[in-house]
Amino acid sequence: MSLSNSYKRLLLAITMMVALSACQSTPTTLYQQVGEQAGLERLVDAFIKQIGQDEVVFPYFKQTNVSHFRAGFITHMCDVLDGPCTYEGDNMVQIHTGMKINEHDFNHTVDLLIAAMNEVRLSHSLQNKILARLAPLRAQIIKI
Amino acid sequence: MKWVSFLATLLFCNTALAGGKLLATPGVSQIEGSAGGGIVPWAQLAGYASEDEWSIGAFCSRGNVKNYRLDVCGVQGNLFNRIELSYAEQEFEVPALNTRIEQKVSGVKVRLYGDIVYSDWPQLSVGIQHKSLKDGKVAKLLGAGSTRGDDIYLAASKLHLGALNGYNWFWNITARYSEANQTGLLGFGAKHADKSWLLEASSAVFLSREVALGVEFREKPNNLGLGESHWRDIFIAWFPNKSLNVTAAWLDLGSIAGVDQQTGWYVSITGYF
Repeated sequence: MSLSNSYKRLLLAITMMVALSACQSTPTTLYQQVGEQAGLERLVDAFIKQIGQDEVVFPYFKQTNVSHFRAGFITHMCDVLDGPCTYEGDNMVQIHTGMKINEHDFNHTVDLLIAAMNEVRLSHSLQNKILARLAPLRAQIIKI
Repeated sequence: MKWVSFLATLLFCNTALAGGKLLATPGVSQIEGSAGGGIVPWAQLAGYASEDEWSIGAFCSRGNVKNYRLDVCGVQGNLFNRIELSYAEQEFEVPALNTRIEQKVSGVKVRLYGDIVYSDWPQLSVGIQHKSLKDGKVAKLLGAGSTRGDDIYLAASKLHLGALNGYNWFWNITARYSEANQTGLLGFGAKHADKSWLLEASSAVFLSREVALGVEFREKPNNLGLGESHWRDIFIAWFPNKSLNVTAAWLDLGSIAGVDQQTGWYVSITGYF
C-alpha cells in the first residue's frame, strides 16, 4: 500500500465520518442535546457525586452549600449551552476568588466532569462541544 | 534487556506523580527525544507536569523500513511545564553494509507562550537539539562536513475542542534551522551546503479521549546530493492513562543514502512518572 493511497483512504474515512454524523437530525441547541432540564440535572448530580468522592477537589467545596451550588451550576450550564435560562448568580471571578485553584486541580476537575459526562452517557462529540463552551471560563476561575 | 526492564518499570509504576495536564495533551515522543509526534517536535513539553509540577518520562521507539532500522531510547524531564530536557540514543542499522551508526541527541525546549487547549493563540515553544555521531566514518565517506550539529526549532501547536463535528482537532507547525543529513545519522552539512529553514507539520483527530489518528510531514535538506526525501507518516496513538502511551505508524521515508522506497512501520512506547 503506497502512502499516498493511505492518505486518500484516511481523508475519505474522515470525510465520511464528518458527513455521516452531519446527516443525523440533531436538536439545535447543546441544551437540548444534553436532555434539557432533566438531562442537565442528571449531569450535575453525577458531577457532584464525582466531586464528593474526590480527595483533591472536595476540599474546595468544604464551605459550599451543595444545593445552592447544584441550582447555580444547572442554571449556569443551561445558559452557557443556549438553554432558556439566564444565569444571574455570582460570576465566576466572584465565586473563585481566594480559592487559588492551580492548573493541576483545574484540569483534575475537568477530568471529573468528563467522568460525569461518561456516567450519564453523553456522546464523545457532545462532550467536546460542552468542553469547548466551558474552556474560555478558565481564565476567570484559576489562580485568583 | 533494555526493553524488558523498561516495560517492567511501566507495569509497576502505574501512578503518575504529576497529572496536571489533560490526557494526551503532552503528545508522544519523537525520534530525537523531544515531545512531539513521531518525527516532528511539537510545542508541548513532555509529560503531564503543569506549572507547579515536574515530571520524568522514558521512551523507546523502533522504525523499520525496507533496508534500514532505527532504534531509539531516551529520557525526558519537564520542569514546571516551562523547560523540557531530553536525551536520546539512536542506533541506525544498515544490514546490507553490516554497519551500525550511533547518534546521541541532547535537547532543550522552552515554552514561550500559551497552552494548547486553553490559550486563544497556539502554544509556542523554541528548542534546540544537539546531535553527535559516535563514529562519523559513514558520514565522512558520503561527504558530510561534520559529525556533530545543532538543530534549532520554533513550534506552534493547538488543540481545537470539538472542532471537527464534535471531534477534537490538533495541529502543529514547526520551523527547523538545520544542516543535518537524514536527521544527523549521515552527518551534518556538506561542501557548498548551508543550514536552512525546514518546514514540519502534524495534524491529528481524536477519535476518543484515548485514541488519536494523525499524519506528519518533515521537510528534509539534500546536502549530500543523494536525493534525500521528505518524510511522511500516518500514526495512531493510544493513551490508556496518564502514565503510558503507545504509538504505531506507517512510514514513508523515501530515499535514504541513495536507496529508494524506504517505507515501513514504526512503534513507540512512552512511560511517564
